[in-house]
Amino acid sequence: MEWIYEPWPWYFSGPLIAVTMFVLLYTGKQFGMSSNLRTMCSIGGAGKAADFFKFDWKKERWNLMVVLGAVLGGFFASTYLSSNTVEINEQVANKLSTEYGINSAGEAYMPTEIFALENLGNPLVLFVLIAGGFMVGFGARYAGGCTSGHAISGLSNLQLPSLIAVIGFFIGGLIMIHLLYPLIF
Amino acid sequence: MYKSEAASWFRIYEMFEFGSFHMYGIIGSALLIGVLGVQIIKRKNIKAMGGQEMQLNPKEMSIPRYLIGGIIFGLGWALAGACPGPMYVLAGSGYISILVVIAAALFGTFVYGLLRHKLPH
Repeated sequence: MEWIYEPWPWYFSGPLIAVTMFVLLYTGKQFGMSSNLRTMCSIGGAGKAADFFKFDWKKERWNLMVVLGAVLGGFFASTYLSSNTVEINEQVANKLSTEYGINSAGEAYMPTEIFALENLGNPLVLFVLIAGGFMVGFGARYAGGCTSGHAISGLSNLQLPSLIAVIGFFIGGLIMIHLLYPLIF
Repeated sequence: MYKSEAASWFRIYEMFEFGSFHMYGIIGSALLIGVLGVQIIKRKNIKAMGGQEMQLNPKEMSIPRYLIGGIIFGLGWALAGACPGPMYVLAGSGYISILVVIAAALFGTFVYGLLRHKLPH
């Protein structure tokens, strides 16, 4: 039964993502996860502060069900179907360890140095989590979508705006990891 | 997401270090099937459930909006190691710290809503 804990290969996971998109298209919806952040802001009353949040969020409740599904999926996969470790490229793991002091590659699913609860009090860790989350939320809405909305849905429909956004995602990601990581960690 | 390890910070880092084909394989194979499927939907004019049109509307063209927004998103994606889908997966997996990331992402969305009219689109 060891195989059940093994990670799924890309050629299984990738097509499954496409299936998710087609199921949502078939039900008359769209595959896009970051819209939920806007919906949640509206539910929280952000419509009072900006018109951007004044919309009929009840129409978007289906997408919150997708969020609920993602939460449940994460719970079941991590509890019953995974060894909760991730093996990455050895050289990359070595670099993380020697240059940035992140030694948990191969031993954890998320780096314990950043995501272990006891490290939440560390100011640098808090900065990483808050700055990262803020830019993800701000950037996704500015760009009109995230990895699911642009890289999967938009590119599947051969939309030029999505290609520009995805190029932006990679420019940002590469700047962060190759130029800013040495300054942050 | 969890089982494919696409929700793992390590895999995102490794992707931007070009250390493995894994993430590119996931996105690439999803895209290949996505592009083919959308073409079939358009050619055969397949309707969604209940006969309504599928939501395949083109987005309004702009370069600064998608490029600047995209770069900011990419900076955050590589720093927190999670994008808006996997965040919820990780919350379900019991990573309490990801709730800080989600709260910050909500705040980022809120600030965008406040500044929207002042930003180039």
